[in-house]
Formats: sequence, structure tokens, C-alpha cells
Amino acid sequence: MNKAITRRSSSGLGSFLRAVGAIAWKDLAAELRSRELLSAMLVFALLVILIFNFALELDVKARASVTSGVLWVTFAFAGTLGLNRSMAVEKDRGCLDGLLLAPVDRSAIYFGKVISNLVFMLIVEAIVLPVYSILYNTNLISLGLIGVVLLGSIGYVGVGTLLSSMAVQTRTRDVLLPILLFPVIVPVLVAAVKASSGFLQALPMDEILPWLNLLVVYDIIFIAVAFMVFDYVVEE
Amino acid sequence: MTPTPRALRILEIVSFLLFVAAVWMVFFYAPLEAVMGAVQKVFYFHVANAWVGMLGFIAAGVSGIAYLRTHDFKWDIIEVAAVEISLVFFFIAIVTGSIWAYPVWNTWWTWDPRLTTAAILELIYMAYMLLRQGIEDPERRARFGAVYALIGSLSVPLTFMSIRLFRTIHPVVVGGANAAAQGGFDMTPKMLQSMLFAIAVFSVIFVTLFWHRIRIGFLAQTVEQLKLKLSQ
Repeated sequence: MNKAITRRSSSGLGSFLRAVGAIAWKDLAAELRSRELLSAMLVFALLVILIFNFALELDVKARASVTSGVLWVTFAFAGTLGLNRSMAVEKDRGCLDGLLLAPVDRSAIYFGKVISNLVFMLIVEAIVLPVYSILYNTNLISLGLIGVVLLGSIGYVGVGTLLSSMAVQTRTRDVLLPILLFPVIVPVLVAAVKASSGFLQALPMDEILPWLNLLVVYDIIFIAVAFMVFDYVVEE
Repeated sequence: MTPTPRALRILEIVSFLLFVAAVWMVFFYAPLEAVMGAVQKVFYFHVANAWVGMLGFIAAGVSGIAYLRTHDFKWDIIEVAAVEISLVFFFIAIVTGSIWAYPVWNTWWTWDPRLTTAAILELIYMAYMLLRQGIEDPERRARFGAVYALIGSLSVPLTFMSIRLFRTIHPVVVGGANAAAQGGFDMTPKMLQSMLFAIAVFSVIFVTLFWHRIRIGFLAQTVEQLKLKLSQ
């Protein structure tokens, strides 16, 4: 712990950002070559939408009220898949120990992982949104909705990365992540669903704003807390 | 083995007597509510149970932070004790609330902020227990438990706020009236006294149970150490 603090003060912001970038880039480059994580997340997301289609009878009337809920459940499920995988890969091949040995601040590992997980999630969302629009003949692509998706994903990935690095170090591993993650992610999901459906139904801005505020507050609080406690999670 | 401390023995007896007094107050001192009748009696212990659940919740969050700062196992034991007590008392609060809600709201359950938050809190604590069960190394178990307790205690207020942005029908009996609330009532002085007394009594019961649970935690730790010694 003390070592981490001295390390943090001795290294400048530039080298910290370089370390974050290197870790994020490592994940993205590995994914670019194998494409196993993204393709799994994507296929899974499309399957969830398919199942919802039959489970909820998504006709025109139902769609107006449940679209944002369907989308966020899809993102949340696909997201756990990605979070689990990205941390399990580090743990399985002993990469995490290697990363911990590197002379960088441990929170750089956290932020690097957050960025790569966020990119994966955003790619999946960027494909799911237009596909959903085409399948159900609605237009989901709007600046407001993209903003909500971004804010919601940041909160989701911020907490998810922290909890998944805890979950992979337990006996039950991947089973545990959704159980740990979903109860604490409720505010993000509620706010994101409400804000998305607000934008989809073109509600006035003052009805959507409280939800956006909540998302921003959640993102800031939890990224800050995760930054502070990540050291304890990977400590050996 | 250390015997039960004298103060704890006395506290046990005091909390038992106070509990009997609280039951008496609820049934005989507090007047019958005009509209709801006898079922309103549940309210006194419902509020007191939820109060104890809140105390445990706060204690768990604080001891989580204390553990992360000090790495002293004492705080881990206190944290588990607080979580377990909070889990049980929030469950009782939910059940007693349902007993009250069925005749008054005409449903066992509604997705109101308080009810939903209490349910999510239960789920967070269950997840906390599952997380601890999955880790053998006591040091890591304590660290992860503390981190998760901290995350949980930060997310619960936000959960409450996020659901509160919907309309609520839960009556706010203490402070502030809510026009949409159903089953609210004005408390007579005797009702208020009974409620405050029940809250005070349950706080004493909380301290007694908390103390016992922490003692058990320390004893369990000693047993574990002795077992380790034997196996070596």
C-alpha cells in the first residue's frame, strides 16, 4: 500500500497515461487478432433480442414502452459476458501477476481495463442499436440516446471491472460476477432505461435531466471509489 | 474460553425486559388506530426493525472502510456481524411491512422506493455472503468483503434516490406529508411515544446481538487458529 503511494507520487501524469494506454491497447490488439470476445458478446446480444421478441410479443404498441428496457437488459447481459472473459483471460494465463509486477501504478491497470472493456461494450452497442432499428423499423439513433448509452456504459464498466477482478479470484468465479454486479448497478440501469425511453418518446428535456444527472453522479462516485480501492483488490 | 462478560449478561436481561415492556406498550398503551384497526400495531416493530437494519447497514459500511485503512481483522469480524444482523432485521421489516400492506394497500408488495431498496439491500448482502464463501484465504476474504461492503453502502442511497424519482405510495409518518401516500395516519402522542420507545428498545437489542455476534466472530477466529496449530 505504502509502496503504491510513493510510486504514484514519483511517476508523472504522462507516464501514468502511457501505462493506461499500453494496457488498453494490449487488450484491444489481442482482441483484434482473435475477435473471440467481441463475437461472443455480439452473438449473445442478438440472441437476447431475439428471445425478447418472442417473450414480449414486441408489436408496435409494446415496443414504444419496452424498447429501452430490452436494450439495457441486452447490454447488461452481454456486458457481464465481456467483463468475465476479459478478467478470466488475465487470471488464467498468469497475465495478471505479470501486470502487477510491472512498475506502474496499480490504478493504471484498472483504468486500462476499464477503457478496453468500455470499447468492447460500445462496439457491441454500436452494432446492436442499428440492428434493432432495422429489425423493428424504428430509429434509435439520436444524439441523446448515444449520450445515455455512453454514460450508462461508463458506470456499468467502471463498477463491473472492479467487481470482475474480485470475482475471478474466488472459487465460484464467473457465476459470481452477475450476482455481485446487478444489485449495485440498479441505479445505472434504472436511470439509463428512463433516460433512454425519455429520448425515444421525445419527452421534454427537464423530465430527462434528473436521470442524466443521476448517471453522471453515479459514474463519478464509482469510478473514484474503484480508483481508490483497486489496490486492495489486486494486492497479493 | 472466556466467559460471557458481566455487562453483556446484564444487557441481555435489560433487553429482554425492555422488549416485554415494548410489547405491552404496543398492545395496551398505544390507542387503536381509527381506520386501520389492530393491523396498525405492526407498524411500531416494523419501524424499529427497519431502524436496526439501518444501524447494521451503517456499521457495516464504516467497518469496511476501517478494515481497508487498518488491515485489522477486528474490523472484518465487526463488519460480518453488522451485515448478518442487518440482513435478518431488514427481512423482518419486509415481512412485517407486507403483513401491514396486505389489508391497507390491498397487496403484499409494491415496487415503492423503500420496499425496493430494502429488497435490493437484502440481495447485496446475500451477494456479500456468497462472495465471502467463495474465498478461502481469510486475509483476501476480509479485503474483498470490505470493498464490496463499501460499494454496496454507496450504491444503496443512489438506488433509493433513483427509485424515488418515481412516485411513491409508502406513507411518510415522520416528517413531511406525501399526497400520493396511502395508509398514512396522524400519530397521537401515545402512538409516537410507543414508536420511539420501540425504536430505543430495538437499538438496545441491536447492541446486545451485535456484541454477541462479534464475540462469536472472535471465538471462531480463535478456533480457526487452534485448528491450524493442530494441523501443523
